[in-house]
Amino acid sequence: MTDLENRPDSGVVRHEPEEPIADPGLPPHELRPTDVDEKAERRAERQVAGMFLLSAVFTVLFCVSYFVFAIGDDPTMVLGLGASNVALGFCLGMALLLIGVGAIQWARKLMGDEEIVEMRHPARSSDEDREEAVASLTEGVEQSGIGRRPLIRNTLLLSTGLLGVPAIIALRDLGPLPGDKLYHTVWRKWMRVVQDVTGTPIKPEDLQVGQLVNAQPDVFYRPFNPKDSDGDDLTAAQAEARGEEPLEVPEGVELQQEKAKAATIVVRMEPSDITPSKGREDWGIDGILAYSKICTHVGCPISLWEQQTHHLLCPCHQSTFDLADNGKVIFGPANRALPQLPLMVDPDGYLVAQSDYTEPVGPSFWERG
Amino acid sequence: MRLLSQTTRRLAGGLSRHRRRKLAGPAVLLIALMLTGGLFALFSPAQAETKKANDADDVAAGRALFLVGCSSCHGANGEGIATKRGNNYGPPLVGVGAAAVDFQVGTGRMPLAGPTVQAPRKKVSYTKEEIQQLGAYVQSLGPGPAVPESEEYDPNEGDVSRGGAIFRTNCTACHNFAGAGGALPGGKYAPKLTDVSSKHIFEALLTGPQQMPVFSNDVLTPADKRDVISYLRQNDDAPKYGGFSMGTLGPVSEGMFAWLVGIGVLVGFAVWIAAHTARAKKAVKGGQQ
Repeated sequence: MTDLENRPDSGVVRHEPEEPIADPGLPPHELRPTDVDEKAERRAERQVAGMFLLSAVFTVLFCVSYFVFAIGDDPTMVLGLGASNVALGFCLGMALLLIGVGAIQWARKLMGDEEIVEMRHPARSSDEDREEAVASLTEGVEQSGIGRRPLIRNTLLLSTGLLGVPAIIALRDLGPLPGDKLYHTVWRKWMRVVQDVTGTPIKPEDLQVGQLVNAQPDVFYRPFNPKDSDGDDLTAAQAEARGEEPLEVPEGVELQQEKAKAATIVVRMEPSDITPSKGREDWGIDGILAYSKICTHVGCPISLWEQQTHHLLCPCHQSTFDLADNGKVIFGPANRALPQLPLMVDPDGYLVAQSDYTEPVGPSFWERG
Repeated sequence: MRLLSQTTRRLAGGLSRHRRRKLAGPAVLLIALMLTGGLFALFSPAQAETKKANDADDVAAGRALFLVGCSSCHGANGEGIATKRGNNYGPPLVGVGAAAVDFQVGTGRMPLAGPTVQAPRKKVSYTKEEIQQLGAYVQSLGPGPAVPESEEYDPNEGDVSRGGAIFRTNCTACHNFAGAGGALPGGKYAPKLTDVSSKHIFEALLTGPQQMPVFSNDVLTPADKRDVISYLRQNDDAPKYGGFSMGTLGPVSEGMFAWLVGIGVLVGFAVWIAAHTARAKKAVKGGQQ
């Protein structure tokens, strides 16, 4: 039985048993005070019109306050807030709100509110329409002769198929492949560890137990000269003989990218609290250790270090690393220990790196698994 | 030019006239005596001894206060008390310095009301003088950072924009971008910085209270610290031009406002739209229908 046949007026004889509870149908229509009382009707009319008028007033006030209130360095203030923002927001908000409220009041009080039943119609097209559509499609295929002319069909397939190639070629604009960039940072042997922002080089005796330094490599502040095996600067001639060039301070996008990878935190703990894993015994100096600042989960910068528990917490997804235990993950979604930067002291007594990070910093990527 | 030479001549004349007066000799003598005496008083060993004696008095008074208020956790000589498991019941205070005392006691964190994961800020229990005496005693246990001088943390002297850069690199991770504080694991938290005095911010950086790391003067220099303080004070005074900041907690408080107030108001409108209007029991207007 279709919905059509279920209509009370369809004339089809019902075969189903009587419903257990009879359909009570629509209740009798009741009139509103505005339907019977002319005074009430006029009052409602005035209310609606009043709201629309008030809305217009607020729109005008919006335009006025746009020009009246000062913005910029010395803004007009009201209640400690910017007067321009407050007035613009309030006026536009009220203008829109009053149109909406007026419309609802209009519908509730004045528009006709007779209850109406509208039956649902079947979604299927009639059989004639369906046959006609199939017939015209078949005729079209027949007349185009696409089945009889394979040359045209195949060349068309070729030309449309090839259109996918430009889309793939354009992917190259996403930039060159990363190569081995993700495996290296700007850190290298003898490069000084300096405080971020100020560029202050750090001596081990400057650090107290419980100290944290947000550090960056010195090359972001001063050019890095090639060093000999004792950590002393090479002269220009010696450097040339060895085929090494001084590293210039990176600028612009390059600086930002290198900073994002090379960011490091230096902490000092009681040496007795630290349990270095095999091969890392000489990576610190008297309890001073350096770790990558980039979380191995999705790469947020982390420096929420609790000096008493030695835990480093990532604010994004609560990954927690134990810096006294080789940066081991002790909680959260991160999958890898925080990479550690091996430290030593240069001839002038400043903290320097022994090498670059020994593993890629930051989150996992495709080739790394 | 002529005017200038005239004035100099007149001035010189005036001086020499006074010099010849009867009282001039004794006056010069008196001034010389006072100067010598003053200088002597400044550099004399007696004065130094008085200062030392004052310090000793402070240490003695501080020790008396310490024994009453602090020794139950920190030990009778500030040596700390360890628990059976090897944790600190009260940490040793040797070498923490007067700055740590001034911060912990001056913000009411110490004395601790009971063992908690973190000492909360509360009403200060000691007077300024008593705090100074306690500091002198703790300083005498072993050298540590002293209470900073007021010019070291004067927010009017610092570089606000440089302080902002330092703050965003070193402090925002825990204390929020506007210094509104934030949560740490295990019920601990980084307190808000908006109503902390400049001196206490300087001392906290210097001594690293509780879970906060130390930012020693050798790395984050006093000038760097003053810049940070200037930035924070500037932030406090900045007008809320964009509207209510809702605690500057970011999406947490803003999302809560949108869910509770924004959606609440929309639900109210929906209820109003769908509600039955009042119905009349009166007869039909004009007799139709």
